[in-house]
Amino acid sequence: MKRIEAIIQPHKLDDAKEALKGIGIDGMTITEVRGHGRQKGHTETYRGMEYKVDLLPKVKLEMVVADARLEEVIKTLTAAARTGKIGDGKIFVFEVADAIRIRNDDRGDAAL
Amino acid sequence: MTWLSPKNSSRTGIRCLFLSLLSAGLAAAQTVPPEILERLEKAEKAAANAQTAGDNGWMLVSSALVLMMTAPGLALFYGGLVRKKNVLGTMMHSFLMMGLVTVIWALFGYSLAFGGTADSKWIGDLSFAFMNGVGTAPNGDYAGTIPHLTFMVYQLMFAVITPALISGAFAERIKFTGMMLFMTLWLIIVYLPMAHMVWGKGGYFGALGTGIQAFDFAGGTVVHITSGVSALVCAMYLGKRKGYGSEAMRPHSVVLSTVGAALLWVGWFGFNAGSALNASGLASSAFVATHFGAAAAAMAWLFAEWMVIGKPSMLGAISGAVAGLVAITPASGFVTPMSALMIGAIAGVVCFLMVAKVKAMFGYDDALDAFGVHGIGGTLGAILTGVFATKEVNDLRAGMPMGLVDGNGGQVMNQIIASAVAWGLGIVGTLVILFVVDKIAGLRTTDAEETEGLDLSMHGEEGYHMEG
Repeated sequence: MKRIEAIIQPHKLDDAKEALKGIGIDGMTITEVRGHGRQKGHTETYRGMEYKVDLLPKVKLEMVVADARLEEVIKTLTAAARTGKIGDGKIFVFEVADAIRIRNDDRGDAAL
Repeated sequence: MTWLSPKNSSRTGIRCLFLSLLSAGLAAAQTVPPEILERLEKAEKAAANAQTAGDNGWMLVSSALVLMMTAPGLALFYGGLVRKKNVLGTMMHSFLMMGLVTVIWALFGYSLAFGGTADSKWIGDLSFAFMNGVGTAPNGDYAGTIPHLTFMVYQLMFAVITPALISGAFAERIKFTGMMLFMTLWLIIVYLPMAHMVWGKGGYFGALGTGIQAFDFAGGTVVHITSGVSALVCAMYLGKRKGYGSEAMRPHSVVLSTVGAALLWVGWFGFNAGSALNASGLASSAFVATHFGAAAAAMAWLFAEWMVIGKPSMLGAISGAVAGLVAITPASGFVTPMSALMIGAIAGVVCFLMVAKVKAMFGYDDALDAFGVHGIGGTLGAILTGVFATKEVNDLRAGMPMGLVDGNGGQVMNQIIASAVAWGLGIVGTLVILFVVDKIAGLRTTDAEETEGLDLSMHGEEGYHMEG
């Protein structure tokens, strides 16, 4: 099993969700986050005082998938969340030791 | 505020009408029958009552409008401009004045400002202390057609908002006890004498006094110069906020500030048009001048910002409106609508440059720009009143020229002198008070309290909760 953590542009969230639903990925956790990579922030000016804001709003999607589905999910996600401009975000993949469904003690792939 | 149109004008009019009818109808008879005189007397009384009803209605509404300027108006305007950890502490600075100043006013404040005799040049006396002699009968010295109580409560609302304006300068870093003591002493030592000098019976700068006559329709000198200059002194005495210049100190909600500024704009109609002290044409004139001044200044600030900084901001638009309202305040009952547009436009540009450019050059931390907007806007307005005041709008000097546009250039000098006195009293009074309060109660929060925010450290509560 792999855990996929995707940090994407907030306005691409709906596209990404729809695309993942389309290939049968139903479970995910979504968090509103702030951060920055190579994309630089913006400047805000209040009564002539300039503030550099380098933490920008992003959305983080987290999901765990079976090893066999990994490449398919990554392909779907990148296609859906891509605008081609700087600031589109990143996807990180982690190994997952196990998964347990609390309701009935299902383990491993069966719990996903 | 003391600039009255002739009192009882409608009564006089009715008397003339009746007498001319009578003289026509009773030309042959040399004596007027007693029943006619009786009816005449009743008609006069009815006319006076009608005028009192109209004037009092408007003045009560105006009083409520001016209170609305302090909270929610100023509380929201200032509250939105600070960081969210200080939103309640900042709103408290405004809201508390509604309680604190009212109590002082009721006990002796009103009397020290508006009591006194024709010889009281600098301060009133205790003749109205504890509301002694302040009832439903009008006080002819100030407003002959409204109950004395209405006049008293209207003036109170000005005393409430004035110290609240200062709080913009010491936002985010003052101790609550120090703030309360400061506000109390400031009201007594700076505001009450200044109000008396300009508006009180016998006051040195007033129409009722014998000194230098300075025009101040609704409180440019008393309210905005004194509070704005005192704000500058406070900002310099207290020092900069921790992390000023290095940490982001963005307004946490320009939304709240916008709502607050809009309420200020509406409330200002009570402030300025109400200063006619009756529901006359002069009130309409001041109402229009107020609105025109605010509108022109909002546009002027916005365009100046657009040109200099690159984008027209919401905060710029509302700051401009407030600057225009401040500048038009002393002028509102003396200038034509076109002059009001001019005053507003000048104030919008000057206050923008002051706040966005000059402040940065000097480096003082007037957190919410109480000085840049009220001190500068107020002084500018006071001087421009001397330029644009005209007898076409307010024939206060019975046919004599009023301001520079009427050919009375000397008035500009009078305005500058009155402004200078307000500056002087503001600076000296505030410095002394700050020094004393700092020794007794302490003014500045500790670093830990400041970092935590006033809401938690001073009041034990928070404005916003993540978990709802």
